[in-house]
Amino acid sequence: MSGIQAAPAAVTAGSGRAGAGRGDGIGGGNRGLGGRAARAKRNLTSPWASGIAIGIGLLWSVPTFGLLVTSFRGSVKEIQSTGWWQALSPSNWSGFSLDHYRTVLSGSGTANLADYFINSIVVTLPAVVIPIFLALLAAYAFAWIPFRGSNLLFVGIFALQVVPIQVAMVPLLTQYVNLGLNASFWVLWLSHAMFGLPLAIFLLHNFMKDIPSSLVEAARVDGAGHVTIFFRVVLPLMVPAIASFAIFQFLWVWNDLLVALAFGGNTPDLAPITARLSDMAGSLGAKWHLLSAGAFVSMIVPMVVFLALQRYFVRGLLAGSVKG
Amino acid sequence: MDALLLHPTTIGGKLLLMVIAIALFALVMAAVLGLAQLPKRQTRGAAAAVFLFPALALVCFGLIYPALVTIKNSFYDQTSTSFVGLKNFATILSSPEFLTTLRNTVAWVILVPLLATGIGLVYAVLVDHARVEKFAKTLIFLPMAISMVGASIIWKFVYDDRVGILSRAYRAVAGWLGAEDPTAPKWLMDAPWNTFFLMVVMIWIQAGFAMTVLSAAIKAIPDDIIEAGRLDGLTGVKLFRWVTVPMIRPSLVVVLTTVAMTALKAFDIVRTMQGGHFHASVVANDFYTQSFNNHDKGVGAALAVLLFVIVVPVIAYNVHQLRKAEDIR
Repeated sequence: MSGIQAAPAAVTAGSGRAGAGRGDGIGGGNRGLGGRAARAKRNLTSPWASGIAIGIGLLWSVPTFGLLVTSFRGSVKEIQSTGWWQALSPSNWSGFSLDHYRTVLSGSGTANLADYFINSIVVTLPAVVIPIFLALLAAYAFAWIPFRGSNLLFVGIFALQVVPIQVAMVPLLTQYVNLGLNASFWVLWLSHAMFGLPLAIFLLHNFMKDIPSSLVEAARVDGAGHVTIFFRVVLPLMVPAIASFAIFQFLWVWNDLLVALAFGGNTPDLAPITARLSDMAGSLGAKWHLLSAGAFVSMIVPMVVFLALQRYFVRGLLAGSVKG
Repeated sequence: MDALLLHPTTIGGKLLLMVIAIALFALVMAAVLGLAQLPKRQTRGAAAAVFLFPALALVCFGLIYPALVTIKNSFYDQTSTSFVGLKNFATILSSPEFLTTLRNTVAWVILVPLLATGIGLVYAVLVDHARVEKFAKTLIFLPMAISMVGASIIWKFVYDDRVGILSRAYRAVAGWLGAEDPTAPKWLMDAPWNTFFLMVVMIWIQAGFAMTVLSAAIKAIPDDIIEAGRLDGLTGVKLFRWVTVPMIRPSLVVVLTTVAMTALKAFDIVRTMQGGHFHASVVANDFYTQSFNNHDKGVGAALAVLLFVIVVPVIAYNVHQLRKAEDIR
């Protein structure tokens, strides 16, 4: 495995999943020496390639852009009878308004999304914090506390990553009912934490084991226990890795539909915005003014997080792939 | 108490419960770790146990035990009361509707990874070192941030009969070719093509993932290897075929399997766009319908087991790769 660097900031992109040796060194590898070569190469790339790339990129954005334009078109009648691109001609610009956003966010009508939006926030925060902390502890044990059976246990956790969560859902629901927790935020938090743990442990362990052992051993020699080492030495170095996984888990929880539907139902007291939107897509049929605004209300948060923290997301992607 | 800790209905109540939950979690963790610090001389086993226990307990409670129960349930009847042997599997495999579902799932698992990876690879090569690389990449990558539900609504609008851009474009082209009063196909209803139009959404999302991973792999190829290929007289497509592709083969395998697994498990797109009707359902969608709408625990469990069985070779392959990587180190 190449590309594992000691500097904590670059530890991140280190090891590819399962030694597949993928994409090592995106974090820092290409900067220094490669920089000049890259610049030389850049001059050689054809403008055609760039042109085609931008063309495909724009084509990729057309569907999203179309719905975005629709969400701002004031006249419901026009939305349902003319194409969204017709709204782009300057003579039609006066028709743009925020009315549909007001409708989906205000308390009136069938499409009130404000409650569901809050539910998404309430579900997501603990569902990100809890698995990260638990996985950090477990990853620390796998990386820095030698014990019998460590390897076997780790392989077991690793294997669980791709197991479809569908196999666990129905009996888990029965357990929740027996515990009296059914249809509460607690089961959503618990479920997301449990389903996220295997990937979290694997990913964070990948970063954790790249911390130079001299640092940990020096602390041991100074008489520090594992708890002290965990908080004082390891945790500060893990911040970039934590950011990477946090974005993963955030996107996964915020965008999830399966867990939300199975354990959260479709009530405004509990269901996150994805569950409500999926239902609206079925029941509202072609009411595109509501669906378009609703879709963008649900998409704005993950898009902002994603664009702001893209760098960390890519690191996580390269270090541990995605779960399902 | 119930309104405070279990079922809050106001925004303030929900946010308060969220804060309580996080505080409670911190408290429990502090207690557990405090416990670990008590003994003067920590033994390794004790320390490992404290660090691992919370995560392992949750994994056992939430994944392993329920999975075993599901496997058991797949051999029991609707209400999990009496043993029926392989009857659930026989029911599934002898129903023509289900065989269509299975055919669709196979199409998803094969076509989505191939197309998403192909597009991602071509794009990664195209933008490599391009002046606009970062911007162009973000355009393709952005759908990764969008939920499958959101993506489904975006594409349902593309496919809309009256105002969708695809239907309008189809009619425009057909009219231009001389068709009288052309009508566009019902993209999401006409089987078997509707499955393809549903898959397009997943490909649209996953191409960005493939592009990102493969782009990093391409950049990681040492310059001297490319140079050696050039000296041997390879250029353009040949250089790509005989140097680049073999060098990124491990990454290609990872991307293909990861996208295949995602395509296998996802039911969001099918459910949101057309509910799995018109012969376009997939196994993951049937699982949900049987388990949570029809409350047939037996058949639902059998479908979940089927999903699991499809994944087993991937698990075995991954574990093999992990072992290999450990041997190298």
